[in-house]
Parts: sequence; structure tokens; C-alpha cells
Amino acid sequence: MSGHSYDAEKYWKANLRLIFGSLIVWALVSYGFGIVLRPMLSGIPIGGTDLGFWFAQQGSILTFIALIFHYAWRMNRLDKQFGVDEE
Amino acid sequence: MSQFAINIMFVGGSFLIYILIAVWAKAGSTKDFYVAGGGVHPITNGMAIGADWMSAASFISMAGIIAASGYASSAYLMGWTGGYVLLAMLLAPYLRKFGKFTVPEFIGDRFYSKKARLVAVICLIVASLTYVIGQMAGAGVAFSRFLEVDSTTGLMIAAVVIFIYSVLGGMKGITYTQVAQYCVLIVAYTIPAVFISFQLTGNPIPALGLFSTHIDSGMPILDKLNQVITDVGFSEYSADVDSHLNMVLFTLTLMIGTAGLPHVIIRFFTVPKVADARWSAGWALVFIALLYLTAPAVASMARLNLMTTVYPDGTAAEPIRYEDRPQWVKEWEVTGLIKYVDKNEDGRIQMYNDGSDEAAQAFQPQAEARGWEGNELDVNRDIIVLANPEIANLPGWVIGLIAAGGLAAALSTAAGLLLAISSAISHDLIKGSINPGITDKGELLAARISMAVAIVVATYLGANPPGFAAQVVALAFGIAAASLFPALMMGIFSKRINNTGAIAGMLSGLVFTLSYIFVYKGWFFIPGTANLADTPANWVFGISPLSIGAIGALVNFAVAFVVANATEEPPVEIQELVESVRYPRGAGQAQDH
Repeated sequence: MSGHSYDAEKYWKANLRLIFGSLIVWALVSYGFGIVLRPMLSGIPIGGTDLGFWFAQQGSILTFIALIFHYAWRMNRLDKQFGVDEE
Repeated sequence: MSQFAINIMFVGGSFLIYILIAVWAKAGSTKDFYVAGGGVHPITNGMAIGADWMSAASFISMAGIIAASGYASSAYLMGWTGGYVLLAMLLAPYLRKFGKFTVPEFIGDRFYSKKARLVAVICLIVASLTYVIGQMAGAGVAFSRFLEVDSTTGLMIAAVVIFIYSVLGGMKGITYTQVAQYCVLIVAYTIPAVFISFQLTGNPIPALGLFSTHIDSGMPILDKLNQVITDVGFSEYSADVDSHLNMVLFTLTLMIGTAGLPHVIIRFFTVPKVADARWSAGWALVFIALLYLTAPAVASMARLNLMTTVYPDGTAAEPIRYEDRPQWVKEWEVTGLIKYVDKNEDGRIQMYNDGSDEAAQAFQPQAEARGWEGNELDVNRDIIVLANPEIANLPGWVIGLIAAGGLAAALSTAAGLLLAISSAISHDLIKGSINPGITDKGELLAARISMAVAIVVATYLGANPPGFAAQVVALAFGIAAASLFPALMMGIFSKRINNTGAIAGMLSGLVFTLSYIFVYKGWFFIPGTANLADTPANWVFGISPLSIGAIGALVNFAVAFVVANATEEPPVEIQELVESVRYPRGAGQAQDH
């Protein structure tokens, strides 16, 4: 890998964008819906409690799993697209 | 067959499997010993990470903590899973590409400094040692309850089993025993939960049962639980917390602490490719979620079961007579984990909130009117999971399974931690500093001896726990969050952070975090040396000492940034190293060093 090729830089920028987007969702479901925004979501009932409670105890975990698999899948495509994947 | 014989069968059987695996997976080189030869399949690794991660605390204690405080403990659920998102995106793939054996090794190479490596080794040893003591003690307790030996003897047996498979097989032996241990612990955790969920809600999937209707009352189960516990003066199960800021910071500390814990990170070094490191983070979280999605259901259902045991005719009626208590209460009374004192001498078990919080104060007049003179039943939180099969009247083999599961959780985590400690000693200290010319064979021997010594020390401390052993959350997660995680992340995402910046950052994050913890918990946890009482009223901005690691991480980032920018740039070859860890190609070659 030559150090500063244009493509390599583009690859890294694409990775950073993907991470940034994923971490926004990561923070929104846990710190947002699960904690800080919970009072705002209290009007949405779910099985005897509110949506915020669900996000805090289950929803955020399910979202985390989806985020990681989505990231891994997108990165594998990026790796190939930029020719930096392993043989 | 007696319950004792069944327990022996399950525990003995599982141990036999672990030892057979160890003999099969003997390590032949340091690469085998440190990273299992680097050829572990990502799903296999995900399962091993699951067992590595889920400790006696996750298996035994977490559901009990949630049962006691409901929504407020969601920080543990989010915090101990959300860290995997950070691992998958910010650390694991790049550290795998770097392709060496230990976490301090990366810090030392990236910041071209033996001092930085040494700081990382010290952080690693303190965090991991604190953590491992709890596992050893937990194994001792599980032994004494289920196998009727005293806990020191139990501890010794656990130590011998760990010794056999970790000294012989290193990471290779540990990886495959962890896979077996994951299977044992998840089956043990799930089976009683499925039965209980089905009994209470008709839904056999506990995670869904949590939001289903309680059959007996026709109400949603969480509504029913809220009603029953508020009737006797407890605050609502789903009640919000006083400080959102503290809950956010606590969750964040657990998340970045999880991502910065070396025994988890080194598991990602065992997969063949960078892409596999990303996949295995996903699989790891799937396997962890199987337990973590079930835990809140176990918690609320066990609490409801406990309440209906004590108040069989509803909270408005008189509670159960002591002489009518069920068999499982009698059995746990023997261990001292359930205690009954008949304060008003009426022969019944009054269990209610007689604490000092608002809900308790509001309930006080009602308790007096009913002739209650204080809470009479103390139930240790740790029995929520262990007593689950007995509470739900499940057959004896389920109890044997729980015993094997609790031990699997404790042993698998202990082995992972001990490997992190011993590789830091043999690879970072001995090969890295003391004797760089050591042969591979010599280093392998050194690794085995370090492992043996680490086991002896951990066993001794498990039997005689020092004061800091109770502070796993504060100490291990605080240190990993405030010192290791930021250093690793900056090492990958910034080319500008140099040796001076990184060392200054790590030390200031560490000193800041530990000082804040010591002010409230005592200097070096020595009793009587705390400057302020550990109560929310004394905390700065309501931030608990357990939540301070996240702020410590910010201090680390800020100091490193300022100091690095005031001193010279890292050398060109270091900038090239950073460049190389960012691109997956060539990871295979990088590992042969």
C-alpha cells in the first residue's frame, strides 16, 4: 500500500463517514431514546411500559447488533471497491 | 439420585470436557499461546468472546441488580453491550491489522516509547487483576453452594482446572474451552428463564414475555410488578432515575471501558483476517445478547415470583407464615443468603421497603397501621439467578445445569484475564524490556510460568480478597476507559499524537479518574481514608465515582491533543505505521514477526 495515494485517502474518508453515521445511531438509541429522551417517548406504550424503557433494556442492544453487521458488510464492500481487501 | 450427585455429575462432566479440549489444543509456539495460531473462525471467536466477556457478574449478579433497581440498572445492559460497537468500528480491525500479540505492544510501537508500553502494562495488570479476583471468588461461592465444599477448597479446584487448560494450551486451549463454556452457560441461563416466562405469561421466549400479559392477573407483567411493589413501599420498577447526566456518563464509562479492556481486545487477534475481526464483533454481540436480552426478563419475573411467594393472597392480605415458607427459602437460609428476623413476632414474613427514600417514607404510616415493625426478609441479590430453578419448581437436573453454568461463566472469564496478564508479563516485560534476545521456546516457557504465577496470585487473592476487589466496576472499567481506550483510539485515528502526548494523556486520565474514585471510596480503598461520603449529595454535578471514567477519557484526549501539538510530530515511519493499520491488505504477512 503506497502511503498517500488518492484512493487510499478516499477509502479512509468513506470509513470515517460510515463510523460517524453509525455512532450517531448508537448514541441516539441508547443515550437518546433509552435515557435523555425517555420522558418524551413516555406516551408510546409498549407491553405495560414505555418505549424508552424498551430501548434501555432491549431495543438498544438489538440496534447495536444491526449496526455492527451493517458496518462489517459495508466495509467489506469498500475494501473490495478500493482494492485494499485481503487476498 | 440426590441433588448433590446430580450437581457433581454436571460440574464434573463439564470439567472433563474442558480438560479433554486442553489436551487436544496444546500450544506449540508463542503464536499458539498468545493468539491461538491466528486461525480462529469469526463465529467461533464470537462465541469465545461471549464466554470471555460474560463473567460471574453477568451470569449470577446482573439479573439480581436489575431485579432490585429496575430501569435504573439499564446502564449495565446498554453499557456492557454498546462497547462492542466501538470495538468493531474504532479498535478491533486496526489492531488486528497491526498483527501483534498484546495491547501494550501496540501502544509501545505506535508511540515509539518503552515508557508508554510500561504505563499500558501497569493499567492492564491492575484492571485485569481486580477483575479476576471476583471471578475466582465467584467460582468459590458456586462450588460451596452446589458441591458442599468450603469456598477455599472450591477455589483450589477451580484454580487447578484453569491451570490445566491455560498453562498447557494458552490462548488456543482457552479459545476452545471458552466455546464449550459458552454453550454450557447459555443453556443453563436460558432453560429456567423459558420455563418461568411460560408459567407467568404463556410466552416461552423470555425477552418477549417481559412485555406480555401476566396470566394470573390479566395485566401486562411490568404493570403488575409495578403495582405489587409500590403496594409495599418500593418505588416503581420502571421509575426514571434522578440524574440523567449520571446515567449517561455511567453507561458511557461502561461502554468505553468494555472496548478498552485488554482481555476482550486480544481475542480479536486470533482471527485470520481484518474483515473477520469486524464479523466476530458482530457475532460476539449476538451471543452476548442471547443472555442480555433474557436477563431483564429473568429479573422482573423473579422479583414478581418472590413477591407472590411472600404475599400469596395479594399485598392487601397478610403475608405468608414463616412455617409455610417454600422449600427453596429453607435451603437458601442455610447459606445465609436469605435471612429472616421476626421483628413484630407474628410468625409471618413482612417484606417491604423500610428504607429512607421517599417511597419508603410515604409508606411508613401504612406499615405502622398494619403492625409491621420493619422489613423481616433479606434476600441477597445474587440468588435471583441461582435460585431461579427452585423458585419455579424445576427438576433437579436444571439446578445441576445452573451450577455448571455459573462455574463456566467464572472460569472462562478468569482464563481470558489470566492470559492477558501473563502475556503482558512474558511478552511486554520479559521479551520487550528485560531480555529481548529470548528465543521463541524460551518465551513460551516464560509465558507458561507467568500464567502459573498469575493463577497462584489470583487464587490467593480470591481466597483473601483485598478491599479493592469489590470495586471491579470502578477500578477495571474506570482505568480501561480513562487510559487504555483513548490511547488506542488516538493511536489509530490520529497521526499527530506523539509519544509525549500519549503518555501525558494516559497518566492524566488515570490520575484524574483514580483521584475522583479515591475521594469517595477511600485512598487506595483503605477504609476510613475517604474525604467525602459516597452519596449523591456530595458528588460533583451528581456524577458518581463509577461514572467518572468517561470524563477521565475526555481529560486523556484533551491533554494528549494539547501536549502533542506543542511538541514535535511523530517520525515518518510511525506515520506510515498508522497509515498501514488503516488498510486491511497485507494482514497475513504482518503477523509473521
